[in-house]
Amino acid sequence: MAEKKRLKDLSFWQKIYIPEIINGLGITLSNMFKPSFTMEYPEVKFEPPASYRGRPVLALEENGEERCVACGLCSRVCPALAIEVQAGETDREKERYPEKFEINMLRCIFCGFCEEVCPEEAIIMSKDYELAFTNREDAIYGKEKLFVPVSQLQDRIQFLRERK
Amino acid sequence: MSSFILDGKQIEFKQGQTIIQAAADHGIDIPHFCWHPSLSISGNCRVCLVEVERMPKLVIACSTLAAEGMVVHTNSEKTLAARNAVMEFILINHPLDCPICDEAGECKLQDYAYQHSVGESRFTEEKMHKDKRVELGPHVMFDGERCISCSRCIRFCDEIAGEPQLTFVQRGDRVTIVTYPGKELDNPYSLNVTDICPVGALTNRDFRFKARVWDMSSTKSVCSGCARGCNTDIWVRSNEILRLTPRHNEEVNSYWMCDEGRLNTFKHVNSESRVSGPQIKRDGKLNKSNWDEAYAAAFGELKSYTKDEIAFIGSAASTCEDNYILAKFAKTVIGAKHIDFPRHIKAGDQDNILIREDKTPNALGAELAGIRPAADGLTFHAIMKAVDEGRIKALYVVEEDLVGLNPAYKETLRKLELLIVHASNYNETTELANIIFPAATYAEKNGTWVNFQGRIQRIRPAVTTIEGDRSLDNLAMSRLDKFGTEFDRWGNVKKMDARPVWKIISGLANTQSGKFRYSTSEDVFNELVKSVPDFSGLDYDVIGEKGAALKKFVNTKTV
Repeated sequence: MAEKKRLKDLSFWQKIYIPEIINGLGITLSNMFKPSFTMEYPEVKFEPPASYRGRPVLALEENGEERCVACGLCSRVCPALAIEVQAGETDREKERYPEKFEINMLRCIFCGFCEEVCPEEAIIMSKDYELAFTNREDAIYGKEKLFVPVSQLQDRIQFLRERK
Repeated sequence: MSSFILDGKQIEFKQGQTIIQAAADHGIDIPHFCWHPSLSISGNCRVCLVEVERMPKLVIACSTLAAEGMVVHTNSEKTLAARNAVMEFILINHPLDCPICDEAGECKLQDYAYQHSVGESRFTEEKMHKDKRVELGPHVMFDGERCISCSRCIRFCDEIAGEPQLTFVQRGDRVTIVTYPGKELDNPYSLNVTDICPVGALTNRDFRFKARVWDMSSTKSVCSGCARGCNTDIWVRSNEILRLTPRHNEEVNSYWMCDEGRLNTFKHVNSESRVSGPQIKRDGKLNKSNWDEAYAAAFGELKSYTKDEIAFIGSAASTCEDNYILAKFAKTVIGAKHIDFPRHIKAGDQDNILIREDKTPNALGAELAGIRPAADGLTFHAIMKAVDEGRIKALYVVEEDLVGLNPAYKETLRKLELLIVHASNYNETTELANIIFPAATYAEKNGTWVNFQGRIQRIRPAVTTIEGDRSLDNLAMSRLDKFGTEFDRWGNVKKMDARPVWKIISGLANTQSGKFRYSTSEDVFNELVKSVPDFSGLDYDVIGEKGAALKKFVNTKTV
C-alpha cells in the first residue's frame, strides 16, 4: 500500500511556531486597545434591551390599582403551566381581580406567550433576570413579588405596541 | 314520513316540526340564540335565518314549519351574509369584556362570533350603557350590557317555573330585563336561567369568578337532593367540586334542576368537617386508627352481641350496591333481622315540576336491595324504640345522621353499648359513636340509585379519595389534572381517606370469612342483579349515561 502523503507539509517557520506566537500576541495586544465587551457582573449590571424577556411581572397602575382582571388567559396559554390565577370580585368597575396570582418560576420557560395573550397589557416580561431560590416553595412568586409599578415597564410596553 | 332537503341531505320530519327542530333531531345544529327545544318559540334573535328555495326572503328556521319537498340551505352565500349581518347587529352594544365575563369559554355569542362573524365592527359610536351587577334574586346576578335580549329567561320563568317574574322594559337598544315591581327572581328553579342564558348576562352568584370552565373537568352524575334524581354534571378543579349543572335527560329532568339541589348537595364534599381515616373511641376520645385495626375492632365488638341485640340502619342516600352489601352482611354474617332505613319525607315540599317530598335519591333502591326488616324484624321506628328500651344494645348506622333527623334520638343513642357509624362528615351522631368509618360521598364513588319513577341511574366518581388516582380510575381529567405534580400548589390536592360502604363492609366481613370478594362496585352490582330479580337484565353499560327503567316500573307513567 502506498504511504499516505500529507496534503501540505509544514514549512520550517511554521515548524518552529515562533512567528505564530508573535502573531497571536499581536492580536492580543491590538485587542487591548479596543473597547471591552465584558462587564464586571455583579458590580456592574447588564441592562437588557426592550426586546429582552426576563421574568414576567404584573403592572400596577400609578394609583395603585391592579391592571390584571384575572381572566386566566395567561394561565391557559402557558405551555409550562407555570401560572395559577384565582379570580375574586371587587367593587371596581372592572369587577374581577386576581385574589391569588402565582407564577412558578421553576416551571416558567420565559416564552412570553402570557404577555402576548394578555388583553389588559397587565402581564409583562420585565428585564429582571436575577432569579435565585434555594427551595421549591421560594420559586413560586406570589402577588407581592409580581406587582411592579407600570412606570418601570414603559420600555417594554413601548416595544410591544410598536410591534402589534 | 315526510322529508325535506337540508344542505343537500334528506331529512325526515314529523308533521308540525320546525326546520331547526327537525335538523336538531338529526344532529345538525343551525345557529340560534333565542330558540330552546323546551321553550316556546320567540324568533327574536334572527341568527337562524336560512334560505329556502322558492321563498322570496330568508326565513327563520326556528319558527318555519318544515314541509314536504322543501329545499333549505344553511350555508349558502345569502345565508352567510345574513348571519354575519345579524351577528354584527347583536355585537353593536355587546361589551368586549370577555376577560372579565364568567361565561367566557361556554358562551354561545363568543363561539358564534368566531364561527359566523367577520371579526370587525363598523360601529364607532359609544355603546349603550345599562345597569350592571343587578341582583335579580338571591342566586342570580344580571348584567344588562351583556344581555342580547333573547328572552329565554323570561320564557323559562313563565313556562317552566310557572312564576312570571322577569320582563322586558324599554324599547330598541334601551331594552333591558327587570323583575316585576316588588318581585324578585326567587322561584325554586331560578338558577336554570344562568344555564340557558346564551351570554354572560345572568350568572350564578354562588359560582361567580370561582373558576374558568376550561380549568374544570365535568363528570356525569345524578343529583342527591331528592327522589327525582336529576341528571347532573359535577364540575371539579383541583379535586374540589365547584358547581353542579343539569344534564339533559328527557325522561327525568329535561334540561333543568332546582336551586336547592344545585347549591346544597355538594358543599359537604369539600367541607372542613369531613371524616378522614377510621376513628375508634377510647376513654371517651376519638383516635385515628388504620383500616385493618378498625375492621377487626368493629367485627369483634359486633360478634360480642347476640343477633337480637343488633340492628342495622341502611340509608336511602347510599347506593344500591352499598345497601345490598349491608343487607347481605347483616343477614348472612351476623344473622340480624332488625334492618331498615329512615325515610326523609318533607311533607308538602313537592311540586309538579321536579321537586319531590322524599329528600333521598335512592329510597326505592335501598328497599329493593334488601334494606327491609325480616319477617319478625323491627322497622326503623321500632328499632329506635327498642334501643330506647334497652332491648337493642348495638346499632350499625350507615350514612345517616340520626340525631340530625330527630334531636330526641340523642338521648336514645346514648343508651347504646355499641354504635358504629359510617359518616362522610362529623355530626351529632358521630359524637356518640364508638367507631366511625369515613364514608366516601356520592361524588367519590361508583354506584347506582333508583329514583321515584323506578329508573336506575349511575353515579360516577368526580373527586378522588386517598386511594384513588384520576387517570388510573378513569375519572374525568382537566388539563390541570393531567399535568399537575405534587410540587404544584394546584396539583397538591386535598384527598380524603374514605371508602364506599360496600368496600368497608367487605373488609369487615373478610376479617373472618374472606367471602366478600369484590374489587369494584360493578362486581357488587352484577351479584345484586343475579340475586334480586327486580334488577334482572341490567349492568352498568345497559344503564349507561341516561339510566334505565327497572322492569317492574316500565309501564308506570310517573312524570
